[in-house]
Amino acid sequence: MAKAFKETLNSGKFVVTSEIGPPKGTNLEKLIHHIDLLKDKVDALNVTDNQSSVMRFPSLGTCLLIKERGGEPILQMTCRDRNRMALEADLLFAYTRGIKNVLCLTGDFITIGDHKEARAVFDLDSLQLLHMVRILQSGKDLGGNELDGAVEFCAGATVTPEANPIEPQLIKFEKKVQAGAEFFQTQAIYDLDNFKKFMKYVRGLDKNIKILAGIVLLASAGMAKYMNENTPGVFVPQVLIDEMATAEKGKRVQKGIEIAGRLIRQIKEEAICDGVHIMAIGREEVVPDILAAGGL
Amino acid sequence: MIVAERKPLEDIREMIAGYKKILIVGCGTCVTICWAGGEKEVAVLSSQLRLASKKDGNELEILEATIERQCEKELVEALKDKVQQVEAVLSMGCGAGVQPIAEIFPDMPVYPALNTTFVGMPEGEGVWVETCRACGDCFLDKTGGICPIVRCAKGLLNGPCGGTNNGKCEIDSEKDCAWTLIYRRLEQQGRLDAMRKYYPPRNFQAVIRPGKVETLPA
Amino acid sequence: MKAKGAFLPDIVAFCCAQSAYQAADTAGSMRITYPENIRVIRVPCAGRVDVLHILRAFEKGADGVLVLGCHEEACRHLSGNIRAKNRVQRVNTLLQEVGIDGKRVEMFTLAPNQGSRFARIANEVNERIKELGPSPVKSGA
Repeated sequence: MAKAFKETLNSGKFVVTSEIGPPKGTNLEKLIHHIDLLKDKVDALNVTDNQSSVMRFPSLGTCLLIKERGGEPILQMTCRDRNRMALEADLLFAYTRGIKNVLCLTGDFITIGDHKEARAVFDLDSLQLLHMVRILQSGKDLGGNELDGAVEFCAGATVTPEANPIEPQLIKFEKKVQAGAEFFQTQAIYDLDNFKKFMKYVRGLDKNIKILAGIVLLASAGMAKYMNENTPGVFVPQVLIDEMATAEKGKRVQKGIEIAGRLIRQIKEEAICDGVHIMAIGREEVVPDILAAGGL
Repeated sequence: MIVAERKPLEDIREMIAGYKKILIVGCGTCVTICWAGGEKEVAVLSSQLRLASKKDGNELEILEATIERQCEKELVEALKDKVQQVEAVLSMGCGAGVQPIAEIFPDMPVYPALNTTFVGMPEGEGVWVETCRACGDCFLDKTGGICPIVRCAKGLLNGPCGGTNNGKCEIDSEKDCAWTLIYRRLEQQGRLDAMRKYYPPRNFQAVIRPGKVETLPA
Repeated sequence: MKAKGAFLPDIVAFCCAQSAYQAADTAGSMRITYPENIRVIRVPCAGRVDVLHILRAFEKGADGVLVLGCHEEACRHLSGNIRAKNRVQRVNTLLQEVGIDGKRVEMFTLAPNQGSRFARIANEVNERIKELGPSPVKSGA
C-alpha cells in the first residue's frame, strides 16, 4: 500500500507527483498499464477531470482503479461540469473508498473542448470548492445541514507563477492559502530564475506552504513556441526553445526528457520548492525516464 | 438595455411558410437602439421577405407596425385592428415583447424574428456588450463597478482563473479578463482589500425563477 | 429561354446631383451614348439613398441598381458618399440572404465633368447585368 500523500507531504522528503489522463471510452487497458507503470515510482498520481473540457472516463473512477492497484490517487475536481450538490456527493463517495486527496480547480471553459454547446456550470469557483471541502470536513454540507459521517481530505490547489498580470493571481493564491490549501501544484515552470522569485514571495508569506513545481515535458521546439503563444501563464525561455531545436527528428522527446530532468535536479539540489508535479501530457510512458533523468 | 440580433432570414421564412398575410411588429425601445427590431428593421425584413417570396413564386402580403414598447400590454392592444387582418404575427421585439403579443391575442400564432442575446450597453457604433446578468444579487460594490458574473466567462467571484492571458481572456483574445480590469480599478481606488476577501458561493435563488417583483411607486 | 442578346435589363441609377447627375448631362452634351435602359434618378446626395430605396427598386422589378456619388473627400455633405458605400455593401448582404446575387447592386464615384466615365460605367454595368440575366424576383417575367 502506498503511503498517505498527507504523510509524504509532511515528511520533509522531496515530493514527486505525476498525472494520468483517462481515456475517451471504456477500454482501460492503456490506463491500467500507465497506473501500474507509475504507481510505485511517484508519491501520488493526479487524475485529470475531463481535461481540456474533453469528455472522458471519469477522474473518480480512475482514482478508484489506482486505489485498487495499490497507488495513491489525487482526485482532480473542476467546477465546470457539476454543481455544488454533485461535487459534494462525489466527495462523500470518494472518501468512503479511501480516496483522501483532492485538487480543487476551476476548470477550463467549456468551449475549448469537444462539447462546445454544453452548459458550463461554474456554480462554484476553485476557492469556494476548497472551502466546501473544509465545510464537509466539519461535518456539514453547503446547505448548512448536518452530515451523518464527515470526510477528511488532503486538499490542494493550483497557482500560475508566470501569470500576466501576476498581482491578481497572487491575491487569489493568498486566499487559497488562507482557505487551508495543503499543497499547490503549479502551472508548467521552465524559467527557474522567475520561479525562484515566486518562491521567495511564497516563503515570505508562510514557510509551510507546500509547492510542487509543474514540469511539462517538451516534445519539440514547435510545441514550446506554441505554448508561449497560446497557453496562458506558460513561458518557455528562448534558450530552451533553441536547445530543443538542436535535437534531430526522433530524438526530440529524448531532449525534452533531458531538459525536464535538468530542471528537476536543479529544483531538488537547490531546494527551490518542496517537490515536482510531472505532466507528460499523453506520454505517460516516458515518465520513468524523466524521473531517472531527474535523479529521482 | 436589452440587446438582440435578428434571426437568419432562412429561419424566419421557415416559421412563416404557408401564411399568405402576416403582420410584422417592431418595438420602439431597446431593439430600435441596437438596430435589431425598430421601424427601419421592420421595413427591411418586410422587403426581404417580399423579395424572397416573389422569387419563389409565393404570395405574401405584409402589414407593418412599430409600437413604443411590446412589453406593455396597453401598447400591444393598439395592434388589434391590424392583427385581425392577418394569419400570423412576426414580432421583432425581444423575448419579453413576443410574449405579451401572444398573450393578448391568444388565437394568433406569434413568431419571434429576433434572438434576444443579453442586457448590455453600446461600446461603439454598432457594437453592444453584455454587462448585466440580472442575477438579482448585485455584486458590483465589491468589484469596482465591473461585473465578474457576466464579464468573466466563468463568472468567478474570487479572482482570476489561470487562463488570464496578458489581461485578456483565454477563450477570446478580443475580450478583456474581467478580473484584470477589476484588479486595476480597485488598485486605482485604493480598495484592493475588497479583492482579498473570500466570497462564498452565489445565491442562485436571489431571484426565484420565473422572476416576479411587486413594488409601489416612490 | 430567350437568347442572351434579347434581354434588356432594367437598371436604376441613383445619381448624386453634385456629380453623377451632371456627369450624365456632360455625357449627353458630348454626344457620348450610354444604354437607354438605365433609368437615372436624381438625388441631392448619394448619402440620401437608403437601403430601403434600393430594396424597393428590386421589389419593383429592377435587374440591377447603381449608386453613383462623388469621389472620396469630395462629398458636399462630407460623408454622404461613404454612407452610400456602406449601405450598398449592406444591401449586397441582404440580397444574398434572399438568394439574389449581391453583384446586382454596385456603387461608383465620379466627378461632374466625367461624362465619358459615366458612359463607361453605364455600359459595363449593363453588360454585367445582361450576363447575370433577369432578376429572379421579376414577377410574371
